[in-house]
Amino acid sequence: MASIEEFMAQHHKACDAHFAAAESAVGDDDWSAAAREFDAFAKGMAHHFEMEESVLFPAFEERTGMDGGPTYVMREEHEQMRGILGALKAAVAARDADEYLGQCETLNVLMQQHNIKEEQVLYRMMDQHLGGEADMLLGRFDELAAA
Amino acid sequence: MLQPGLSFEQAPPISVPFRFFLSAPLFGLACAALVLWQGPDLFASRWTPSALAATHLLTLGVMASTMIGAMMQMLPVLVGAPMPAPRAVAWITHVLLVAGTLALAGGFLLLWPLLLRAAVVALGIGFGVFVAAVAASLARVRAWNTTVGVMWLATIALAAAVALGATLAASLGWGLALPSPAFHELHPAWGLLGWIGVLVIGVAYQVVPMFQMTPAYPGTLTHWLTWAIFAVLVLWSAAQLALGEAGATLATALALALGGAFVAFALVTLELQRKRRRRQADVTLDFWRVGMASLVVAAACWAARLLAPDRLPEGFDLFLGVLALAGVALSVINGMLYKIAPFLAWFHLQTAVAGRATVPHMRKILPEGAQRGQLRTHLAALALLLAAPWWPVLSYPGALVLGASMVLLLRNLIAVARAHRATLAQAAVPGAA
Repeated sequence: MASIEEFMAQHHKACDAHFAAAESAVGDDDWSAAAREFDAFAKGMAHHFEMEESVLFPAFEERTGMDGGPTYVMREEHEQMRGILGALKAAVAARDADEYLGQCETLNVLMQQHNIKEEQVLYRMMDQHLGGEADMLLGRFDELAAA
Repeated sequence: MLQPGLSFEQAPPISVPFRFFLSAPLFGLACAALVLWQGPDLFASRWTPSALAATHLLTLGVMASTMIGAMMQMLPVLVGAPMPAPRAVAWITHVLLVAGTLALAGGFLLLWPLLLRAAVVALGIGFGVFVAAVAASLARVRAWNTTVGVMWLATIALAAAVALGATLAASLGWGLALPSPAFHELHPAWGLLGWIGVLVIGVAYQVVPMFQMTPAYPGTLTHWLTWAIFAVLVLWSAAQLALGEAGATLATALALALGGAFVAFALVTLELQRKRRRRQADVTLDFWRVGMASLVVAAACWAARLLAPDRLPEGFDLFLGVLALAGVALSVINGMLYKIAPFLAWFHLQTAVAGRATVPHMRKILPEGAQRGQLRTHLAALALLLAAPWWPVLSYPGALVLGASMVLLLRNLIAVARAHRATLAQAAVPGAA
């Protein structure tokens, strides 16, 4: 049986790798690598938010009746991250390293504390409540990717 | 069916942690002023009244204050456990911690029993309220994880350190006999190793991988280390209290094990940081590395003190004290403030301005250059103060540079508070975007 926690935590790590690579490239003033890695990072993040907001959160909310709790706060933080991703995109276009690195610092703290809350609390609750459907739910991610 | 501890939204108002952060450098400044005033006399022995006063200005006024502020902030985030009545708990704890620390330092310096009694009451109640509030919130946690366990251990260690310290201060304040001379050793051990040490380790498990994207701490370490430290502290205390001289060999062995546990933590942390994926220069990272390097040296000094107590030069205890307090604890705490304070300002602004103003990013809220200047001053103060037990005249420049470091830290924290206020004001202007 698949584990939501394991699958999603792995995806967090994949996004982290692109985030760090883009940041290093900006630090090295290599803007073509920065643009490539940032693009992969932004796509990964968009897909991750989609997996949660369109599949996992609704299933969890329906099963537990908790729609004002953890998932609400997670959606709010997704919005904040989308805001910073927009600022990062503009910084890449403008080749503004100070702006990019300062936004990265902020995004990193926001993103990592968000991931800790998901990996240590929310995904575990999902595995408890949705355990039997995990395979089916994770299967629906492929449809998102195809869409 | 919203269960307590599962909603993440209960971050306390920003004034809750910030009052503890802003008063910390003021106590650091008071400590520096005291060292300057007392000069080399302070470095004669760890038992001089001025050394005791300076130590407690630092441990209570700077360290406990910052850690309490950070813990009130982090509990909801890291363990999903909101604290009951955070404003009231913050207000009572902060006022009593400030008053009690001043009374204690004054009581030591003036040898005035009434002040020591006041300190026992104020700090007893202040810490008591904080410990009770943390225990109440931890007790509601449903999803147990490593951090929850660490928070419990650190909180129990804090209660033990406070109880031991209160007994010591009460024996001076009321002229009572001490239950055991071991209290002099046990109080700093529970305070530094149990409370600060265990909390720093537990926080490191979360923030070291998070800030620099390092690999995670090995599971074997995170599952056992803090519990082992706590258990050894309990056994070590019992050996000293129950067996006295007869348990000396056992106590030495246990104390060496404690040192070994902290060295293991420091070395693993340095190794993980070496493997970090985020490669940009980072002031917090440098503070951590100074702290971890100091921890390795401090543990070696601790072992030397246990194995060859008669062959150590005069001033060794003070050297170890400066290394543990300023080198390890202050470095880590100072470094953490540079992540926590600007992020909190940013985080609270996000919700407060809701798109009516542009929220500046963390490095605009607190520029890196300002952080690095304070780090350099901190390092200079550390070097001078480490040398002062051997060359007492260095206590003067050491005190001055420590004071400068605290002024810069205060300036940086005020800059964060100002950026927060300025953005709020901007958002309040109608039509601003």
